[in-house]
Amino acid sequence: MTLTFDTLVAVSLGYVAVLFAVAFAAERRADAGSSVWLRSPLIYTLSLSIYCTAWTFYGAVGYAARSGLEYLTIYLGPSLVMIGWWWVLRKLVRIGRAQRITSIADLVSSRFGKSPWIGALVTLIAVAGVTPYIALQLQSISLTFAAFTEGMPGGSTDVEFVALWTAVGLAVFTILFGTRNLDPSERHHGIVMAIAVEAVVKLFALLAVGAFVVWGLGGGLSGTLARIDASDVPMWQGDGGRWVGLTLLSGAAFLTLPRMFHVLVVENDDDRHLAVASWAFPLYVLLMSLFVVPIAVVGLERLPSGSNPDLFVLALPISEGHGGLALLAFLGGFSSATSMVIVATIALATMVSNHIVAPLWLSTREPDAVSRDLRGTILLARRVSVGGVLSLGYIYFQLTGSGVALSAIGLIAFAGVAQILPAMLGGIFWRGGTAGGAAAGLLLGAAVWVWTLFLPSFGTAVIPAGVLDHGPYGLGWLRPRALFGIEGIDPLLHSVIWSLLLNTGAFTLVSLLTFPKPLERLQGAQFVNVFEQANPSRAWSRSGAEVEDLLVLAQRVLGSEAALDLFGREAEGQGKSGHLPDPTPAFLQELERELAGSVGAAAAHALVGQFVKGPGVSVEDLMAVADEAAQILEYSARLEHKSAEQERTARALREANDKLTHIARQKDAFLSRISHELRTPTTSIRSFSSILGEEGLTPEEARRFAGIVEAEAQRMTRLLDDLLDLSVLREGQVSLRQQEGLLSEVIDRAVVSAGTIQGGLRVVRDAAAEAVPVTTDLDRLAQVFINLVSNARKYCDAARPELRIGVQRRGGQVIIDFVDNGSGIPVPEREVVFESFARLTGRRTGSAEPTGAGLGLAICREIMAHLGGSISYLPGQGGAAFRVILPQGLSAAAAE
Amino acid sequence: MARAHRPVFLPPAGYRRRRVRDAARLLPVLGVVLLVVPLLWTRSDQPGGVGNSVALIYVFAVWAGLIAGANLLSRLLRRDTEDDADEDGRDPSA
Repeated sequence: MTLTFDTLVAVSLGYVAVLFAVAFAAERRADAGSSVWLRSPLIYTLSLSIYCTAWTFYGAVGYAARSGLEYLTIYLGPSLVMIGWWWVLRKLVRIGRAQRITSIADLVSSRFGKSPWIGALVTLIAVAGVTPYIALQLQSISLTFAAFTEGMPGGSTDVEFVALWTAVGLAVFTILFGTRNLDPSERHHGIVMAIAVEAVVKLFALLAVGAFVVWGLGGGLSGTLARIDASDVPMWQGDGGRWVGLTLLSGAAFLTLPRMFHVLVVENDDDRHLAVASWAFPLYVLLMSLFVVPIAVVGLERLPSGSNPDLFVLALPISEGHGGLALLAFLGGFSSATSMVIVATIALATMVSNHIVAPLWLSTREPDAVSRDLRGTILLARRVSVGGVLSLGYIYFQLTGSGVALSAIGLIAFAGVAQILPAMLGGIFWRGGTAGGAAAGLLLGAAVWVWTLFLPSFGTAVIPAGVLDHGPYGLGWLRPRALFGIEGIDPLLHSVIWSLLLNTGAFTLVSLLTFPKPLERLQGAQFVNVFEQANPSRAWSRSGAEVEDLLVLAQRVLGSEAALDLFGREAEGQGKSGHLPDPTPAFLQELERELAGSVGAAAAHALVGQFVKGPGVSVEDLMAVADEAAQILEYSARLEHKSAEQERTARALREANDKLTHIARQKDAFLSRISHELRTPTTSIRSFSSILGEEGLTPEEARRFAGIVEAEAQRMTRLLDDLLDLSVLREGQVSLRQQEGLLSEVIDRAVVSAGTIQGGLRVVRDAAAEAVPVTTDLDRLAQVFINLVSNARKYCDAARPELRIGVQRRGGQVIIDFVDNGSGIPVPEREVVFESFARLTGRRTGSAEPTGAGLGLAICREIMAHLGGSISYLPGQGGAAFRVILPQGLSAAAAE
Repeated sequence: MARAHRPVFLPPAGYRRRRVRDAARLLPVLGVVLLVVPLLWTRSDQPGGVGNSVALIYVFAVWAGLIAGANLLSRLLRRDTEDDADEDGRDPSA
C-alpha cells in the first residue's frame, strides 16, 4: 500500500467524521432516555484512558529508549491510585456527587467556604499547567504528519498549518458537544462515547504495532527477550529517586489533572463503575505499555542511528514498508492527542467560565440586574473559554516550536497541577484545613514550581544563564536549580520536592494558625464526613426569600423547564400543589446545589445569597458541626424524619382546609350571584312581556321590547348551558369525538373566536412549533383555548396587552403555554381559579363588574381531564400564565 | 430500637465485609512495597546488575498481580455496596 499526502488527509478527516457521528448518535440516544448502555463501567473505564495522551503513545517509546524502565513510572502511579480507590477516589466521587462538583477548582473552592479566590487560583494553576500540555498534543500531531509525509508524493507538510487546523477542528468539536447545553450534572454523553471509541483505537493500534514488532521483526517472545537482554539500553539505571518521585508525581497528577478529575469524578454516576475501573484501568495501561520496550529496542537496532525515538511507533512500520500498519499507528496517536485535548479543553473552559468569568460578571452587576438570561451568558462564556484555551495552546506551540522533548513538557505539567494535591487531600481528610491555609499552600507551591521548573523550561531567553548559576541579584540561595544552596538534585525532582514540601508546609501551618469562617467549617464537615452524613446540615438557616424570585433566578440558570420541574417536585414533596414550595432551608440547599452544577459552588452561593436574607449559617448548624458524637443524633434524625412526614401531611391538610373554606365562601357568594344573575333576566322578561301584552304599543316599540326579551332569554340560556356543560363533564357522561388535526388550526380558531382583533390584544405565536399533529377532540380543545384567549383579552391589564402562545413537545406530550404581560393572578387566588364559581375580585379587571359567571376555567379543567391532559397555573412568567398539557395521541406519535 | 437487639459480636457476613475493605485498603500498600524493590538492584549495565529482561518481567508481573488482586476485591466489594449501606449513614436495620 502506497500512501500519498492526500490519502493521509482523507483518512484523518474520515476518522474525525466517524467521531462526530458517534458523538452525535450518543447524544441522540441519551436524549431519548436510553442511556443505560452509554453509562456502563466499560465506557467509564475507557473514558479514563484519556490519561494516555500522544505523549504516552509516542513518547513512552522514546522515554524507554533513553531511560529504560523509568517510563513505567508514568503508568504505575495512576495504577496504584486506581487500585487504592477505596482510600481517595471513592470519597472524591461521593463528594463530587453530593456537592454537585463541576471541576477540581470547584471542589477546592467549595470545600474552603465556597471561596471565589481559591477557585480562581486553582483555575490559574490549571491553565498554566495544562496549556503546554495541549501544545504538546498539537505538536505531536503535526510532527507525525511531517514524519509521515517526508519524501511522500504530493506534500511537504507545513507543520504549523496542520497544527492550526487541528486546533480549529478540535474547538468546533468541543463547542458542539461540550457546550451544547448547560446540564446541571455536567455530563457529556457524546464526548464520553467518542473518547471511548478513541481509547479502543489507540490501544488496538499500539498492540498491533507491538505484535508486529515482536512476532514480525523480533523473532517471537524469546527472541525479543534475548534482544532486550542484548540491548545497549540498561533497563534499570539505578536512579531510585526518580523511580519513586515520578511514580508519586504521576499518581498525584492523575488525581489533580483537570481532565482526569473531569472523567473520574464529574462524569461518574455510579460508585460501582469505580470498582470495575479499579482493575480495568490498570489493565488498560499495562497493555498500553506492554510492547513499549520491544518497540524501543527493535527500533534502536533497525532504524538508522540518529532517528527520533519518540517516533519509533510510526517509523518502524514505515521503514518496513507496512503502510497500512503505519496508518493505524498514526490514527492511534491522533486519537490519543485529540481525546486529551477535547476533555482538557472542556474541563478548563468550565473552570475558567465558572471561576473567573462568572464571578467577574456577577461582581460588576447590581443584584437586580441579574435579570438577563444568565444561562446564555454562561454558555457564551464557556464557548469563548474553549476558544481561548485552545488559542493559548496554539500560541504556546508557536512560541516553543518543536524543540522540546515530548516527555519534558508532560512532566512539567504534572508538577504544576500536583500543587493542587495538598489542598485537595487536606480538604477531604482533615477538617482543620482552612481557606487561608489552602491559599497559602497553593500560592507558595505554584510560585516555587514556576520559578524552578516552568520558567527554566523556556530556556535562557526567560531566565538568563547568570540567574541559573548565581541566583537573582546574586542571591545564591534562590538559584532555580538549587534552592537554599542544595545542589546536585535532578532538576525535576528538585522542583517537585521543594514545591510540594513548601506547599504542604504552608497549608498545614497557616491552617493551624487561622480560624475558619462558619461556612468553611460547615463545608469541611460535609466533605470529611461525606459517608456518615445522615441529613446534610444546612447552609441556609432561615430566609426572607420570596420563592417566586428564586424561581425566576432558577429559570435563568437552569432553563425554564428544569427549574419548574425542580420547584414542582419540591412542592409535591412538601405536600403542596403547584410550583411554589416553601423556601425551607433544605430546599434552599438543594436549589443552591442544582445551581452549583451549572455555575460552580461559589457563584451559586453568591446568587442565592442575593435573595436570601439573614445569616447563612445558624448557631444550630455550628453546634451540629462541633458535635463530634454524630452517632447519638441518629435516633433523633429518625424521629425528625417522622415528624417531617407528619408535618408534610399536616401541611397538605391545612392547604386542603384553606381551599375548602375559600370555596365554601365562594360558593355562598356564587349562589347569591347566580340567583341575582337568573333573577335579573327573569324580571326584565316578565315585565317586558307584560308590557307587550298591553294595548297601544307602536310596532317600533313592540319590536324593541321583544328584542330585549329575546336577548335576556339568550343570556339566561347561556348561563344554564354553562352550568349544564359543567355538570355533564363532572359526571363523566361526555362523549368525545376523536379527530386528527393540526394544533395550529385549533389555535387559529380560538384566536379568531375569542375576538382578539376587536379587543386590541396582540397575540404572539410560533408557527413552526405549532405544527404539531394531535389526535383528540378538537372542538373541546378549541373550547379550552377560546376560554384562555378571551380571559387574556378580558383581564390583561397591561397598557399594550400581549399574549404569547408557546408550544413544545416533551416525552409524548404537547405543552401549550398561554402567557400574557399583565400583572398576573395574586398568589392566594391561584389556588381557586380552577374551581367553579371562582371569579377574581375585580381588582385587576379594570371594569366594575366581572362579565363571566366564573365557570370558564372550571370547565377547561374538566375538559382537559377528559382529554387525558391537564391545565395549571404557571408561576414566575411575568404575567398570568396557563399551561395546557395534552397527550399527543398514539397515531400522531406513530406518524412522526 | 433496633440497636438493643444487636448481638455482642457482629454477624460473620459483616465481619467478612470489613476485612474485605481492609484488604482493599492494603493492596496499594503491598503494591508500593513490591515496586520499591528495584531500588535494591544494581544498574543493569554493571557487572552483577539485574538483567534487562528480568527487570522488565518483574515489574510487569507485580503489576499484573496487583490487577488480579484488584479484580477479585472489586467483585467482593461490589456485592458489598449493593446490599449494605451502613457506611452511607443509613442504618440497614432501620
